[in-house]
Amino acid sequence: MLKYIVKRILMLIPVLIGVSIIVFLIMRVFSPDPAPIVLGQHATQESVEAWREANGLNDPIVVQYINFITGALKGDLGTSYYTKTPVTEEIMARFPATIELALFAIIIASFFGILIGIISAVKKNSIFDNAGMLLALVGVSMPIFWLGIILIIIFSGTLHWLPSSGRIEPLLRPMHVTGFYLIDTLIAGDMEAFVDALKHLILPGVALAMYSMAIITRMTRSSMIETLQQDYIRTARAKGVSEGNVIRKHAFRNGMIPIVTVIGLQLGSLLGGAVLTETVFSWPGIGSYTVACILKSDFPVVQGVVLLVATIFVLINLLVDVIYAFLDPRIKYSK
Amino acid sequence: MKIANNSNLDPNPALAAEYVEKPESLFKEMWDTLKQNKAAVVGLCIIVLLFLLAIVLWITDFLGIQILPYDPNYSDMSKSFLPPNSEHWFGTDQMGRDLFSRVLDGTKISLFVGVAAVSISLSVGVLLGAIAGYRGGRTDTIIMRIMDMLLSIPSILLAIAFMAALGKGLGKAVIAIGLVSIPEYARIVRGSILSIKESDYVQAAKVIGNRDRRIIFKHILPNIVSLIVVRATLGISTAILDTAALGFLGLGVQPPYAEWGDMLGRARGFIFSAPYTLIFPGIAITITVLAFNLLGDGLRDALDPKSRIK
Repeated sequence: MLKYIVKRILMLIPVLIGVSIIVFLIMRVFSPDPAPIVLGQHATQESVEAWREANGLNDPIVVQYINFITGALKGDLGTSYYTKTPVTEEIMARFPATIELALFAIIIASFFGILIGIISAVKKNSIFDNAGMLLALVGVSMPIFWLGIILIIIFSGTLHWLPSSGRIEPLLRPMHVTGFYLIDTLIAGDMEAFVDALKHLILPGVALAMYSMAIITRMTRSSMIETLQQDYIRTARAKGVSEGNVIRKHAFRNGMIPIVTVIGLQLGSLLGGAVLTETVFSWPGIGSYTVACILKSDFPVVQGVVLLVATIFVLINLLVDVIYAFLDPRIKYSK
Repeated sequence: MKIANNSNLDPNPALAAEYVEKPESLFKEMWDTLKQNKAAVVGLCIIVLLFLLAIVLWITDFLGIQILPYDPNYSDMSKSFLPPNSEHWFGTDQMGRDLFSRVLDGTKISLFVGVAAVSISLSVGVLLGAIAGYRGGRTDTIIMRIMDMLLSIPSILLAIAFMAALGKGLGKAVIAIGLVSIPEYARIVRGSILSIKESDYVQAAKVIGNRDRRIIFKHILPNIVSLIVVRATLGISTAILDTAALGFLGLGVQPPYAEWGDMLGRARGFIFSAPYTLIFPGIAITITVLAFNLLGDGLRDALDPKSRIK
């Protein structure tokens, strides 16, 4: 098992180098020159040249890439063209907000997705099943950003129950410990701030969770239906095991494997979805920031973020495969 | 059960022919199963209606005939932000344009981008997947590792990066959205080819001296075409969602075209003062995507041998 994990981690290296090359090519070879965008249209030719020289953009493209990758290996992703702040600092300042949002969303999506999926499978073809499947179908068909807009119109604009933007009221902002406001407010023992942070999290969290919840619901339902038809379920029932225990202990545990895979993959895709959700809810995370940086050609930031997101994505995939082996002893990774 | 058409055994060959069960094509079989799936039929009907609407709008646009209640691009600032009423069913936007006409007009852009983007990802993805699966070895490794790399970047982030590089516009949005989906098709096709390239008929085709290209296009791809059709149907819905997302971020299709995502992005600032400007374009996206998902799910079930037996 350990050998397998080490092998998989080693296999990640070429994938990540490849990702860095792809992003580098898109941003530096095919994108327009960032100098006039950064310096403004009225910048003189000399200042443009000086700026390009200072930022290493006059070097041959291969040299630029080698500089980038050797820096990245040392944890230096360069500095933002605009703020002059190191990219790692820019990312670290915003990353907890995105992770908090994505984790909150995956918890909502997994809880409700599994719950609705199991009930739909157990009560197959009932009104509940049909309603659950309709919800799942609408969930995968609705644009995330539009759902966010509708939630804002209903819960902020009409009912005034929940805030429509930001992470917390500015005056309640907690001391930075972990960067996760829900945790930081609890550490500070400030319940008012905790409730406020939670209120800010609900709408973007639900909007982001909807698509994943729909996918998890569908997967749970089909996996549970298949498991419930197995012989060992019939045996358990014949032995007189209560229906609740049949579902919990026999069916759900065995049906879990594909569900865990889907949850893992969804967690990765939530990072992509966060780009749109954060834009709608003015969430100060990495997604909305990246869009802004792409639009103003802030190459170092974009490269850093994409590399980071891709690393997380492939690590999650690896983690899913490892959990897989724990859940299903039939899977062997020795080969 | 098939009964051999043997005229020596049956004195009446015409009668014997009636007993012969004609081999059904996969598409006929799929259609028969699909017909029983009400949701898929509803999806198909919506898609047909949307395509008819889009085609009629393209033609009338080309001929300069106005069939929508109002010119979708005509702005009249004195009529901006009219809530839905008997004259303007969906109200008017910030430029005083009729939202009902704009939402209907948006159908042609969304369907065009959806179909065109899928055509790009489908043709390139199928080709790469076929080469990787059929050739195997180093070619397979190189192609599939590149696909893995592309898959490890969230598709919307990749599409945004492509748009930043290519610039804004309809054609560029099609290319960006098409490019990011290539790996999915390549994976599916490669997987299917690996499973059938060792089959007897492919080996037989090789033995009689067919060229690789002929074997791939004449013998292998026709066998997985139904699988590709399912993926493409679901792919159109993803492409429509991605188009809307790019439009919403201000990167996609640019004015004067009416595009649903772009309409939502531009009306975002009026979320509390004129929420109706944001409701109808979103409903249009959801219905269109839903229709493709319903049909795609129905086609997938129709292909699944288990559900065919049922």
